[in-house]
Amino acid sequence: MKQRFKKIYSWIDERVHLEDVVNYMGKKYVPLHSHSIWYYFGGVSLFLFIIQVVTGILLLLYYKSGEEFAFESIQFIMSKVEFGWLIRSIHSWTANLFILAAMVHMFSVYFGKAYRKPREVTWLTGMLMFFLALGFGFSGYLLPWNELAFFATKVGTDIAGIVPLAGKPMMMFLRGGEEVTGATLSRFFGFHVAVLPGLFTVLLGIHLLLVQRQGMSEPIETGHEAGVERRTMPFFPNFLLRDLLFWLIVLNLLAILAVFFPWELGRKADPFAPAPAGIRPEWYFLFMFQTLKFIPAKLLFLDGEVLGIGLFGLGGLLWLLVPFWDRKSSRGEQNRFINYIGLFIVLYILIFTVLGWIL
Amino acid sequence: MNEQTLNPTQQSKRDFLKYVLTGGVLAWAASILYPIFAYLKPPKQSEVEVSSVKAGKLSEIEKDSGKIVKFGTKPVILIRSADGNLKAFSATCTHLDCTVQYRKDYGLIWCACHNGKYDLNGRNVSGPPPRPLDEYRVIVQGEEVSISKKS
Repeated sequence: MKQRFKKIYSWIDERVHLEDVVNYMGKKYVPLHSHSIWYYFGGVSLFLFIIQVVTGILLLLYYKSGEEFAFESIQFIMSKVEFGWLIRSIHSWTANLFILAAMVHMFSVYFGKAYRKPREVTWLTGMLMFFLALGFGFSGYLLPWNELAFFATKVGTDIAGIVPLAGKPMMMFLRGGEEVTGATLSRFFGFHVAVLPGLFTVLLGIHLLLVQRQGMSEPIETGHEAGVERRTMPFFPNFLLRDLLFWLIVLNLLAILAVFFPWELGRKADPFAPAPAGIRPEWYFLFMFQTLKFIPAKLLFLDGEVLGIGLFGLGGLLWLLVPFWDRKSSRGEQNRFINYIGLFIVLYILIFTVLGWIL
Repeated sequence: MNEQTLNPTQQSKRDFLKYVLTGGVLAWAASILYPIFAYLKPPKQSEVEVSSVKAGKLSEIEKDSGKIVKFGTKPVILIRSADGNLKAFSATCTHLDCTVQYRKDYGLIWCACHNGKYDLNGRNVSGPPPRPLDEYRVIVQGEEVSISKKS
């Protein structure tokens, strides 16, 4: 067996010089310090993404798009197909854990100022992937064509329509018409299973290549940690094995969630029924949703929702571009201002999410 | 060849080629992009213009209730107040496009999405809605209740 592997390895090595790549990988080290634990969240996001690809492909074998079929086909998956309930439940739960893991990863990178020079592009690709992940969540949410999804999509696409000038055409493009209909479902299906995965894969490739090429960033603070020489751990195999252990734990957690808290399907969407009481979007949109509820209809001369959405848009843009305006961190100096902004955002999201849950 | 060594004729030849080539490339790009963008825009569906719909029998519409009626592709809410008055409004919330409902306990029209409230004249009285609901005309002919667009 071992001989076999050696033969195959040397067959490939002879042609593409695998040796170089293996040597290169072997030289990667992970810095050890008091914040090393956060390094695991990028890896676990990757793992959850892989689960989404696998379960997503499995769901594709039975899912049917279209107003008359979508809801029924998910009913079919959950009641007739063997382990269909499990696959669908895992796909839904993983979607949520993926966003959560990506969020933790994002904030840890932010507070560690790991976006600073020379890793601006890694931050950019990561943030773009995060926006795509929200797009995955939003488009996937509609696919079962249930009541909640129907109204969430109406609201979400209407918000896109508020944007001055480009808004209306964008809304038409997203909805495939004036209203949310079967045409919207077809488009969202296409985005969810073709457009977004394609874009995501390209960004992921760049992101991982950069991490491999530049190595892991170390927080400015721990770089100056008193006296002791810097400790590291080889990425391969030490860190990777720990990564895998964490993945295993997450997989167990997923199984527990999917089995004991199976994802509900709800009622089929009816365009001529009122929005049900207690309607709310997925938790990761909740803080924005709650803010929109609080903003009055008119503020000075502006429509409330235009103001709200404008502010969130601007905030998102500044967040995306943080490596370019936080010059201090790029020079390797402490920038407490960044921490205060980050803390404010974390608190804001937490408070408004909780308010969204209880109100 | 260096730019400075070009005589005027050469330079104008070069400019000519530059314009022709850039123009060609741009025209080529446009001829590819235009159909794609045009394809993305959903075609106008020829909708049957609805001017009036039947909403049911008067005796079957309870007092202090509201129901959604299909008006072509749009939902319309028909409300019968506690004192028996009939009113109809567009059921599409003016805030973010959700469908509203009648709340007995408030005696108001309510949108579940962002807690917007309208009174029974369709005026936005609380929450985020920026405008009143569009009103429709209710016509009662004997037992038959129908709803039509306000002209």
